Amino acid sequence: MEQIVRQKAIRQDHPVLQRVVHSVIYLLLTLLAVFTLIPFVWMVSSSLKLDREVFSYPMRWIPETFHWENYRLIWQRVPLVTYFKNTAFIAIVVTLLQTLTSSFAAYAFAKLQFPGRDTLFLAYIATIAVPWQAYMLPQFIMMRSMGLYDTLWAMVVLQAFSAFGVFLMRQFYRGIPSELCEAARLDGLSEYGIWARIMLPLSKAAIATLVIFTFVNTWNDYMGPMIYLTRDFNKTIQVGLRRFIQENSSDYHLIMAASLCSLLPVSVVFLCLQKYFIEGIATSGLKG
Amino acid sequence: MSLQEQKRARARMGKQERRNALIAYSFLAPNFLGFAIFTLVPVICAIALSLCEWNGGDVSKLRFVGLQNYGTIFNVNKVAEKGIGYFFSRVDLGIALKNTVFYTLITVPLTIVCALALAMLLNKARGAVAYRTIFFFPYVASMVAICVCWSFMLMKDGPINQLIMGLGIPFNKSWTADSNMAIWSIILVSVWRNMGYYMVIYLAALQGVPQELLEAATVDGAGKWKQFLHVTLPQLKPTTFFVSVMMIISCFKIYDVVAIMTDGGPGRSTKMLVTYIYDEAFIKVRYGQASAISMVLLVIVLLVTILQFRSEKKFSND
Repeated sequence: MEQIVRQKAIRQDHPVLQRVVHSVIYLLLTLLAVFTLIPFVWMVSSSLKLDREVFSYPMRWIPETFHWENYRLIWQRVPLVTYFKNTAFIAIVVTLLQTLTSSFAAYAFAKLQFPGRDTLFLAYIATIAVPWQAYMLPQFIMMRSMGLYDTLWAMVVLQAFSAFGVFLMRQFYRGIPSELCEAARLDGLSEYGIWARIMLPLSKAAIATLVIFTFVNTWNDYMGPMIYLTRDFNKTIQVGLRRFIQENSSDYHLIMAASLCSLLPVSVVFLCLQKYFIEGIATSGLKG
Repeated sequence: MSLQEQKRARARMGKQERRNALIAYSFLAPNFLGFAIFTLVPVICAIALSLCEWNGGDVSKLRFVGLQNYGTIFNVNKVAEKGIGYFFSRVDLGIALKNTVFYTLITVPLTIVCALALAMLLNKARGAVAYRTIFFFPYVASMVAICVCWSFMLMKDGPINQLIMGLGIPFNKSWTADSNMAIWSIILVSVWRNMGYYMVIYLAALQGVPQELLEAATVDGAGKWKQFLHVTLPQLKPTTFFVSVMMIISCFKIYDVVAIMTDGGPGRSTKMLVTYIYDEAFIKVRYGQASAISMVLLVIVLLVTILQFRSEKKFSND
């Protein structure tokens, strides 16, 4: 009894103190948010300056005059359109292939009985633990002998069949009651029908997670394109931007403008689908 | 399973079951074929290649040399003669290992502290989706863009140094060009980029901390700080462990930030395991040695993973 009274007293204590604590929390959060965003703000600010103004002392956050022409210039100086096209091609094909084949395979792993299922799944899981960097060289030698070196298809096959996708989808499918499949089977639906009409519509959330993960990873991938893509018309935005930086290392303002352009598509995708992205990390991340 | 048993098992499997298995394989095939060709085969080849000498050219130049590549990368003869100190100060692999371990030892705790602090703050502020989005944003931003932006900001006359000088500390060097500071600039970018990701994981875990426990602690007169130390933190232990393991593994695989910001330099001060693999494989074209270094990376990552599996069992038994 006494405890309950004390508990109540604590819960209702000091509304003023509560408000102070809340204000402090929001203040801290705002400061941290500013720290997190500073590089982006600096990027925007520098992209609107002249190259000699970027490192002026004392630095100005707001440029004296806004040099919007920087944004016109970079499209002439850097083949950004080609880079964007290549990256979009890779990202879209990889995402499609990855989602389709993983959800297909995951259905077999989660809902079908067949000999060797557990051994095969173990092989999948084991390769998640093997870092790509440990086998990228034999993979590269193999792809080159297949004639895939310096083609966009190299990047596609490199990333389209990851074990991670199968794992993620299988975890989700296991949560869907098997009775649903049984009932559909009794109704005469084939396994392919069950996959298409029941599993796929039910797994929208998992698919959204997989899609955005794959898209963002492919878009931002650096090391893969760096190894495989050498001719300029094959480059993705990441390695293309890198080339521009190396060749024009003192055009700070243009580098920042181009960098900002490279961020835009993926930022838009993220902001639209961030709910799925963050939920996906929270659930799949915790399960390991 | 013996051959006879297999035969019997096959006989037992009726027509219907065989049909079902075929359907299951048809579901698996598209992904499995791609997976087997482009992942499974290279993984096996990597082990084999580390025992061979092959410096480019066609396959006929490939020669089996046993453990010779390992002897070369560890520089066994010199190290045996001059001691282990020589390994970490002169041998490429030793330096790469030392740098990678140093980077990991600093980055992991720093990121955990930041991620947990952000998660605790966000957990208290209701409806703070906007903040969550902001903290998470660096994680999705393209590597090249953010790395080049940070290396500009860390230049001699950049805004960071202006800020430091403004505080009265004489510091007038470009971070990425200074052999002592270069690795710190990489740590800074890594922490800044990844804290939002792990914050999300912590936020989810915080939802799982039972409210009754927190209230009980309050009733017992524990202040906020004690509550955090004695209730929240122990409850988050499995998450912290999981996050550490994930981060250790990804730290050992670091490449992008280093390649873009310092390219392993100045000197060898930011040479990492993967940068070393890349150099040997694609610049010096020494496939055998590159594969041997890859095996070192593989062994380290697998050891950490095994440790995780073991402890996960322990946590779930608790």
